[in-house]
Amino acid sequence: MNIAAVTSQNESDSPGAITLLWRMDWQAFWLTFRLALIVTALLLALGLPLAYWIAFSRWRWKFLFEAFVALPIVLPPTVLGFYVLIALGERSPLGRWWESMTGHTLAFTFEGLVIGSVLYSLPFAVQPFAASFSAVDSRLLNASAVLGVAKFRTFWRVIVPLSFSGLVTGVALTFAHTIGEFGVVLMVGGNIPGVTRTLSINIFDQVQDLNYAGANATALVLIAIAFVLLSIVYSLNRSVWSIWPRP
Amino acid sequence: MATTVDRVNPRTALYPTNGTGLQVRVRRTLAGDAGGFELDVAFALEKGITILFGPSGAGKTTLLDCIAGLTNPDQGRIVAGGRVLFDSEEQSNLSTTERNIGYVFQDLALFPHLTVEANVAYGLGGLRAEDRKQRVAGALESLGILVLRRRRPAELSGGERQRVALARTLVTQPSVLLLDEPLAALDLPVRMKIADDLRRSIQALPIPVFYVTHSRDEVFMLGERMLMLERGKIIAEGTPHQVMSAPRSETVAQLAGFENVFEAQVTSVHEERGTMTCEILSSGAKARVSGTADGTAEAVPFQNLEREGRSGSNAIELETPLVRAEVGTKLRVGISAGDVLLATSAPLGLSARNILTGRLLSLSQRDMIVVARVDCGVEMSVHLTLAARDSLELRPGRQVWLIVKTHSCHLLAG
Repeated sequence: MNIAAVTSQNESDSPGAITLLWRMDWQAFWLTFRLALIVTALLLALGLPLAYWIAFSRWRWKFLFEAFVALPIVLPPTVLGFYVLIALGERSPLGRWWESMTGHTLAFTFEGLVIGSVLYSLPFAVQPFAASFSAVDSRLLNASAVLGVAKFRTFWRVIVPLSFSGLVTGVALTFAHTIGEFGVVLMVGGNIPGVTRTLSINIFDQVQDLNYAGANATALVLIAIAFVLLSIVYSLNRSVWSIWPRP
Repeated sequence: MATTVDRVNPRTALYPTNGTGLQVRVRRTLAGDAGGFELDVAFALEKGITILFGPSGAGKTTLLDCIAGLTNPDQGRIVAGGRVLFDSEEQSNLSTTERNIGYVFQDLALFPHLTVEANVAYGLGGLRAEDRKQRVAGALESLGILVLRRRRPAELSGGERQRVALARTLVTQPSVLLLDEPLAALDLPVRMKIADDLRRSIQALPIPVFYVTHSRDEVFMLGERMLMLERGKIIAEGTPHQVMSAPRSETVAQLAGFENVFEAQVTSVHEERGTMTCEILSSGAKARVSGTADGTAEAVPFQNLEREGRSGSNAIELETPLVRAEVGTKLRVGISAGDVLLATSAPLGLSARNILTGRLLSLSQRDMIVVARVDCGVEMSVHLTLAARDSLELRPGRQVWLIVKTHSCHLLAG
């Protein structure tokens, strides 16, 4: 199953690009890709209303919620992973409910991994969304209201188009961050090939096996993906202003 | 008010209903920089243009925001087009989206990501696509911006944006139109032309149009009626001519453009002639007042008076129009610098009743106007043309005569 492991004895060979790709753990690659896609989609659905609330609510204790959302940025992934593991386990109401519904626990499953990743990547979606929502000129929102257009439609017709760069930034960062996470995955999902073994775990495994060439191949792919995504983010944040200059 | 439409106006045709006016009673505390004050107004508007005039910070925009529902009065009642929009006693308060108030903001607030056509169609989401298209095309055409329909706001001139904002608002058939200093963002040279376009676009509307400005020129150009707002209160009301030519407070005087404001006291009343005589006590509280459009005043002390020994002994009297006042009443007299004639020799055989003599203090040029300061017991500013200055060979120190018609002396409450 793990192709790279077979060739791990030939480390001294200087491998070409094709060989490097051959040594990739493609199963881990697709698993990671699938995870990032699902987490990004969920965070888009969850992050837009959350960000809207953060950007426009006048609730005085809002800052507490903002701090809570930002926690994953500063906490060690193991802390978050630990509590998610507890919350998903047999002893928690959520874990028991899931077990009664599906017959197995959430811990060490792909679904559990999705839940952990959504929490872990939350600030990477919500913060750019909220920042770009609040950057939309409030006078445009007043104009929309005066023209008789309700808040929900104003959101889709004015706020979202004018926050486009922030939305792409949030999506790209969420995707890249989910691909790159390690600690939460290891805590919540463990290391089950085809179920919870993502690329970053795979690199850790390969290094443990002294399979440096395989680790190198996987690491290079991750670097390439991250670089491409960040380039998209920065190029969009640059060019949006030249497409839609403010009057 | 309903039936007479003397000219066929495409926009009037857009309106199936006639507006039934706007009634406003609003009280709201404003947190201003200088301690704050209370906005406390009550008025009613019928169809046609009404100007809301006043210095910046008087509460004009807050009043419009209250009508549009962008902010709430502490107390009051707002009725537009026969619907109660706000009533603090009945606890009713329609949201902005339900109010059907047309509001053109000072900065227009066009949607930068939408074309002209999409901007204008923006408020018509509830219509069928066909109707919407037709309505938008009609509005674009009547404002002469059909050719711009595929452009974005960034590709438009100031005047074009103005018309797009107006089209976007009118197409929703509001029951009241609010315009907040719609020309303030434009350059001076085009402003008057666009003001004229704007007047033609809005004067035939069958709804009340409430037009906020602090420009005198716009008042006279657009207004049929005006309200004067100062520190949250309506201090004058009437036709622009009534309000601006007989202002009743000093702020109004400065706004209305009286460069000369004097404290005076009535010395005799001539009922049969419709005039009275006033003695100038001093120049107004702020000495000579150089009125500027925004109401700031520049004070010039009277250092020359005592030296020439003229004040006190030789009282200056002005003949003014008659107002309800008794001998001894103190009031202010406002004289526009453009209404004063200047002569280099004693004039004879004039109809004007007020001839003052004095010495020229200084001449200074402002654009195409020469401002002459004359000490004739009090200091008076006179506006001259460049040609007049040159042909009269004026220089400081020269004796001159100032001629002021009785009806150029405007009386203000003391």
